[in-house]
Amino acid sequence: MSENNMTLHLEVWRQESRDSNGKMVKYTVEDVTPDMSFLEMLDVLNEDLIRKGEDPVAFDSDCREGICGTCGMVINGIAHGPERSTSVCQLHMRHFNNGDTIYIEPFRSDAFPIIRDLVVDRSAFDNIISSGGYITVNTGSAPDANTILIPKDVADRAMDSATCIGCGACVAACPNGSASLFTSAKITHMALLPQGGPERETRVKRMVEQMDNQGFGNCSNHGECEAVCPKEISISNIARMRREYLRAVLKK
Amino acid sequence: MPPESRIPSGPLEDKWTDYKSKVKLVSPANKRKHNIIIVGSGLAGASAASSLGELGYNIKCFCIQDSPRRAHSVAAQGGINAAKNYQNDGDSIWRLFYDTIKGGDYRSREANVYRLAEISANIIDHCAAQGVPFAREYGGTLANRSFGGVQVSRTFYARGQTGQQLLLGAYSSLMRQIDTGNVVMYPKREMLDLVVVNDRARGITCRNLATGEIESHTADAVILATGGYGNIYYLSTNGKNSNVTAAWRCYKKGASFANPCFTQIHPTCIPVSGHYQSKLTLMSESLRNDGRAWVPKDKNDKRHPNDIPDEERDYYLERKYPAFGNLVPRDIASRAAKAVCDEGRGVNKQGKAVYLDFASAIERLGVDTIKDRYGNLFDMYEKITGDNPYKQPMKIYPAVHYCMGGLWVDYGLMSNLKGLFVIGEANFSDHGANRLGASALMQGLADGYFVIPYTLGEYLAGAQLESIDENNDEFKGSVDYVSKRINKMLSINGTKTVNEFHRELGSLIWEYVGMSRSKEGLEYVLKEISKLREEFWSNLRIPGKADYFNKYLEMAGRVADFLELGEVMAMDAMLRNESCGGHFREEYQTQDGEALRDDENYSYVSLWDYNEAGRPLSGKENLKFEFVKPTTRSYK
Repeated sequence: MSENNMTLHLEVWRQESRDSNGKMVKYTVEDVTPDMSFLEMLDVLNEDLIRKGEDPVAFDSDCREGICGTCGMVINGIAHGPERSTSVCQLHMRHFNNGDTIYIEPFRSDAFPIIRDLVVDRSAFDNIISSGGYITVNTGSAPDANTILIPKDVADRAMDSATCIGCGACVAACPNGSASLFTSAKITHMALLPQGGPERETRVKRMVEQMDNQGFGNCSNHGECEAVCPKEISISNIARMRREYLRAVLKK
Repeated sequence: MPPESRIPSGPLEDKWTDYKSKVKLVSPANKRKHNIIIVGSGLAGASAASSLGELGYNIKCFCIQDSPRRAHSVAAQGGINAAKNYQNDGDSIWRLFYDTIKGGDYRSREANVYRLAEISANIIDHCAAQGVPFAREYGGTLANRSFGGVQVSRTFYARGQTGQQLLLGAYSSLMRQIDTGNVVMYPKREMLDLVVVNDRARGITCRNLATGEIESHTADAVILATGGYGNIYYLSTNGKNSNVTAAWRCYKKGASFANPCFTQIHPTCIPVSGHYQSKLTLMSESLRNDGRAWVPKDKNDKRHPNDIPDEERDYYLERKYPAFGNLVPRDIASRAAKAVCDEGRGVNKQGKAVYLDFASAIERLGVDTIKDRYGNLFDMYEKITGDNPYKQPMKIYPAVHYCMGGLWVDYGLMSNLKGLFVIGEANFSDHGANRLGASALMQGLADGYFVIPYTLGEYLAGAQLESIDENNDEFKGSVDYVSKRINKMLSINGTKTVNEFHRELGSLIWEYVGMSRSKEGLEYVLKEISKLREEFWSNLRIPGKADYFNKYLEMAGRVADFLELGEVMAMDAMLRNESCGGHFREEYQTQDGEALRDDENYSYVSLWDYNEAGRPLSGKENLKFEFVKPTTRSYK
């Protein structure tokens, strides 16, 4: 055992199913190395629990390189934990100290029902996208790609918004449980590009309506969403969504 | 009797056009009457679901993730190839075709690869129209970069997140079809069996991963788009949930598995740091455009890399392969890295890393240009390792990344099992023994957007399909089989966790069916896998029950299948007494350590068929080269 290894105390939210009551449960993990990722630390905890015949902590993850958006939990009160622009799978234990107590909870929102422990159901996000978060183009009908010229800075800004990984941290961090950052990122990405032009008004109206229907709260400019976003999506996307919405409503 | 590849006759450049002109069609009114199952929602699955939905078919699409947007295509970084010749540098369909055939070490079908090159340009057009924010020049046209194994600049990209952006494009089109009602999405479902009725694929049995419920779904055809099996190595760049199970269930129902030993080891990944490690992270091949690979000339040189003067560094790729330098294909770059580390010149604690150095590119182009090109990759590297690659070279080492092998398909992407189509990485089709960089995204989207809409129609127009429902005996039998298998795994109640088994299997496969293979090693590993499989079924411990979200139960089913696949991979590697592409047999190499291919005896696709009675049966599809002449691959 290396001298840098840590012993950590965890308090983890355990909840058997959507409708059952949950509670915080204490665990201790030994021999945590600074190079481990946070999820690898939980893997080690679970291996230990399984060997002891206890129920491992349910959490989900997939790519473990910060791009798929599967993982997500609230660590010490912060969605995705203490490091800025970092999803949980990219958070490494070198940011914690020996003897620390770490509180781990799921992304909480009425629109994200809990499946088990730290796993939540985020299908509400898919429902927002299927309400117009696309550009209507059938396969086979596209013109040569270079017939649509897009200035580099516009393409870059569209990319800044399109980089959203749909993890839901913005919702978990928002005191109102608003999905505005997520929704506005898609609206902005498509509103900036000429390809998104023909459906610009219907898109924003439908997506905003669906966002409300899913039970997400309203945005009141707390800015917590931007602070926790692992992809650093700017809150200015929300300002654009409002302008787009107003524009669409006024236009007809 | 090998299955018929059904390659159209005629000149290479006319085959696909002729096929499309003459193929039987399903009328719009009849498309509505066909139910199609698509398993997987990555680039191949989502593009197929959206294109077929647009045509009017009734689609059910299944994925193991909680949303189709999370399929592992999302993690592809560097780019997508297309023969657009926007750079005026001599690119053409022929050249993309030739590069791919040569890069695959002449172990793929000419007709399939040519079709892929032909379609490549349409993919870029379609993705741009969907609003994929590709990188652009100041004038507004699309930008390109270079990738390994080629001498033109034909790779389109969206920063280091090209896979994510292409997947989100396909996902948005899929979501549109959900909006119109042509596609119904079933997330958090894992296919655990293929249902075959009267020798045709007619449905699947799957488990709802959130509730544990076992479900039956019927269809007129099943399209498998479930990706590759690289996770057999435990440590790989694949997502934690990527697996072979759906494909393996099809194999056990009669679909042939082709070239299972052709796996790709990617040269530039972040090295292993500890035994707890759960996965490896790729650093895009695009980095080799500006990064230079080196190790110290002297193996005892333990100085900080920035303190080692240029003349005491060995830029081994530039030295060994002056024509392609740092941009040699992946298999060659990986073996070269292994070779210098085997000489004791590796640069990390474990001796398993080489430097990838950007100092001269930063000097030439400035930090801002490098940041613009690779910013997110550099950030990711720093997050994981704690080192700043703007200030000191990256440390990298090869890791498993992709599987060229997969279920066998004919020209129409249908397996030998009628009604079962296989697209994307899950099939064996286009990359031979080694895939070129930025070609996986191209193939996934080509299959889904532009090939399957024609070939599925051909099958449906010619098939006599009786009506069936979930109460059919085959469906009931399948549910019974799946449930029993799950209960059996849960009831073992041994002492070893599924991760322990997976790690053991992974290190065996990496050691003996990885970057280099030998007859002796393969014989050894076959015995070890068999022992491990026996132990798995007698000493596995899975916590909890089957009727709720249970990650370890999911993983156990996948590892059980990997334990069977590993054996077939090793048998395939043993049978192929040559070195080609990603398959390097130590007995077959030139004096300077390059792969020694044997076209006279091994110019074929190897096929493996499940045999209930015992060892799998081997077969082959001979490859014919009518338009290019296989030569020894040289990048010197």
